[in-house]
Amino acid sequence: MSQVAAADVGQPGGPADLLYGETEDELRAAVRAVLTDKAAWRAVLARTETAQTYDELLWRTLAADVGCAGLLVPESGGGAGASYREAAVVAEELGRAVAPVPFLGSAVVATTALLAAGADGLLGELASGAVTAVLAVPFAAIPGRGSAGGARLVGPRPGDGPGAHRLSGTVPGVADALPADVLLIPADGVPFGLYEVRVGAEGVSKAPFASLDMTRQLCDLHLDGVLARQIASGDSAARAVDSALLAGAGILASELLGVAQQCLDLTVSYVKERRQFARQIGSFQAIKHRLADLWVSVTLARAAARSAAAGLAGLTELLSDVKVGVPGSPAGLVPAAETEVAVAVALAKAVCSDVAVKAAEEMVQLHGGIGFTWEHPAHLYLKRAKADSIGFGTADAHRASLATLANLPAAPDAT
Amino acid sequence: MTTQTQAAPDADGLRAAVAAFLAAHDPTGGDPLDFLRARFDAGLAWVHYPAGLGGRGMSRSLQTAVDRAFADAHAPGNHPERNGIGLGMAAPTILACGSAEQQQRWLRPLWTGEEIWCQLFSEPGAGSDLAGLATRAVRDGDDWVVNGQKVWTSSAHVARRALLVARTDPDVPKHDGLTYFALDMRQPGVEVRPLRQMTGEAEFNEVFLTDARVSDADRIGEVGQGWQVAMATLMNERVSIGGGAAPREGGMIASAARTWRQRPELRSPGLHDRILRLWADAEVARLAGIRLRQQLAAGQPGPEGSAAKLVFARLNQEISDFEVELTGPDGLRYDDWTMRRPEGANFFGRNPAYRFLRSRGNSIEGGTSEILRNIIAERVLGLPREQRADTGPWKDLPR
Repeated sequence: MSQVAAADVGQPGGPADLLYGETEDELRAAVRAVLTDKAAWRAVLARTETAQTYDELLWRTLAADVGCAGLLVPESGGGAGASYREAAVVAEELGRAVAPVPFLGSAVVATTALLAAGADGLLGELASGAVTAVLAVPFAAIPGRGSAGGARLVGPRPGDGPGAHRLSGTVPGVADALPADVLLIPADGVPFGLYEVRVGAEGVSKAPFASLDMTRQLCDLHLDGVLARQIASGDSAARAVDSALLAGAGILASELLGVAQQCLDLTVSYVKERRQFARQIGSFQAIKHRLADLWVSVTLARAAARSAAAGLAGLTELLSDVKVGVPGSPAGLVPAAETEVAVAVALAKAVCSDVAVKAAEEMVQLHGGIGFTWEHPAHLYLKRAKADSIGFGTADAHRASLATLANLPAAPDAT
Repeated sequence: MTTQTQAAPDADGLRAAVAAFLAAHDPTGGDPLDFLRARFDAGLAWVHYPAGLGGRGMSRSLQTAVDRAFADAHAPGNHPERNGIGLGMAAPTILACGSAEQQQRWLRPLWTGEEIWCQLFSEPGAGSDLAGLATRAVRDGDDWVVNGQKVWTSSAHVARRALLVARTDPDVPKHDGLTYFALDMRQPGVEVRPLRQMTGEAEFNEVFLTDARVSDADRIGEVGQGWQVAMATLMNERVSIGGGAAPREGGMIASAARTWRQRPELRSPGLHDRILRLWADAEVARLAGIRLRQQLAAGQPGPEGSAAKLVFARLNQEISDFEVELTGPDGLRYDDWTMRRPEGANFFGRNPAYRFLRSRGNSIEGGTSEILRNIIAERVLGLPREQRADTGPWKDLPR
């Protein structure tokens, strides 16, 4: 009970605003216009069979012209000073288009890690879109379950100056690393640290592999005694990585919502057109009820995704108020607010993962034969939904987090 | 309705009005009914209703503070739990579709609890197909004479008035031949019999109408417009069934979660997965309810309300299924099979087996889940209607 009671304290102003604001609507329209123009599904599909699976031109447009890269960066740091609410809307649109851009990895996860570590130096470059960064963790990493992705601190080499850091190891299955210029690498060692490595440095290599979702192709990162700059160490580094993973899971929930909504929309319009037995197949109750249930699920997913985005935004605001000493923002509120955000993100990632996969599966089934072909976009959504459902923690992993957060412990002999 | 809505609802002014009213009317000394009538006349009954009808045309959100102020003063209450149909369905219907004279006549005794209302809609032969109902109303001078049988009528045994839909013209298609009335339940032609349900109790009744009379002055809406008025009533029913505000763990999950925390010996890995799923589902449904209310408050009424009752029914059934299983041997116990007449469904005063049985009704009452899916598919998603076999005159339809 205590966890839940504490969690409720985390919302002193009552429930968060779960609607879309005017700024968010405008941003959505701007992103959608670019994607409609430059990321039609046939082009997205064609790119998956090329050597450059990420669309770096599209990313430059979104990052620099629309300003997506710097949404989370304060205006003083060269960004837009927006919040996770706006980032979530961009993610919805990118999910809707299964767009192959590193928004999540660079503008959300890496940016959050740098913000949390107080590493302002790189943020300006990230915000302008001049540089793309990635946090070197497996896409399947689960928030709150340890931070290192497989890299470790190794000893200096002859000729290294004092304070030089070298990293080795392999980080498997990293998302949005392929187009990245900068790697932010959590590495085990004494102490645990977060390091910056420029791609192209000696001893760094990316090994892309055939991924379930080729609109977000993964790669393994190999580090062989690479020279690295330390960004944060100890608790500060661990907190930065945890914050980044939590934000990643929360915003990925909105991307999944966008996937689910698009699957529903495309399927509803298809069953209105498709005729069998001399009638629209959408007039059959067997199909209507499945789509009604799906619509209900998407409605639930939207509430959960908005709650996660609003929670992340509210926590950021609270932390910043505490930092600059705004009256009425006691630091004592922070732990409860953090618990509340963890609940909101776990709920959102769990429900949106399940709903998006279901929506994509329904899309395939209700399209019949055409939905099973390469020539139809259904498979792009199915692959994105399934891969995203594993990214930053499966539904099961997030429900397991709720066992602690909501005080619903496991069976005594099963812990 | 001419508009009596004030432009800027003033919470301070409202607080002052409540304080002035309490200063002028002893909340604990006098006759409770006189107090409630005076509160209605002062526009402090339901502040979102128009002035002159118990309200002041203010935002509904201001009501909570008013109710709290009266409760804090230990003022007599109107016992809304006894008149759920009246307050939740009859009042909004009368406000939307009744004449000014009807509003003046019915709303005050309804709100004070002097007159309990019930709803005579469903029939043995007209459940989901409500528009196919067969109860006849035939014009006789200034009155209508009503014959037929209604079913699933909660509160009929205590009700003074009923919302009645009856067939006034069998020669036109079924939706076009219905008319809506407010029927006086205290008359010889109305016989009420309890309808016992699987829980052992009888929340509901069967109502037999034999030459019952209703004045034409008590007709709500035009002759032949009964379906449109009934739809307004049913939308209110679905909102009141599925759309209530609740704190986290405020619904049926509360009892399951409490048992889980208090009795570690009942836990198993399989049940653990289930309670985590159910807790998450219940919390997400709660968030969706909050979002729905925010949409309404922002003047963006969305179709999401249609989802609320479907989700509420499914969750209640799944959670109570789980809870009976969780309690194992105790799940085999039932608390009481005695035939009783409860004032309304109360999930929380009874044991898990009761909740398991009572929640079966949640996906049937107030529109089955199947009908709600049809509504979502057709009105929200715009999917084509089923091909219909019931478009001709009602009297010619196969039954």
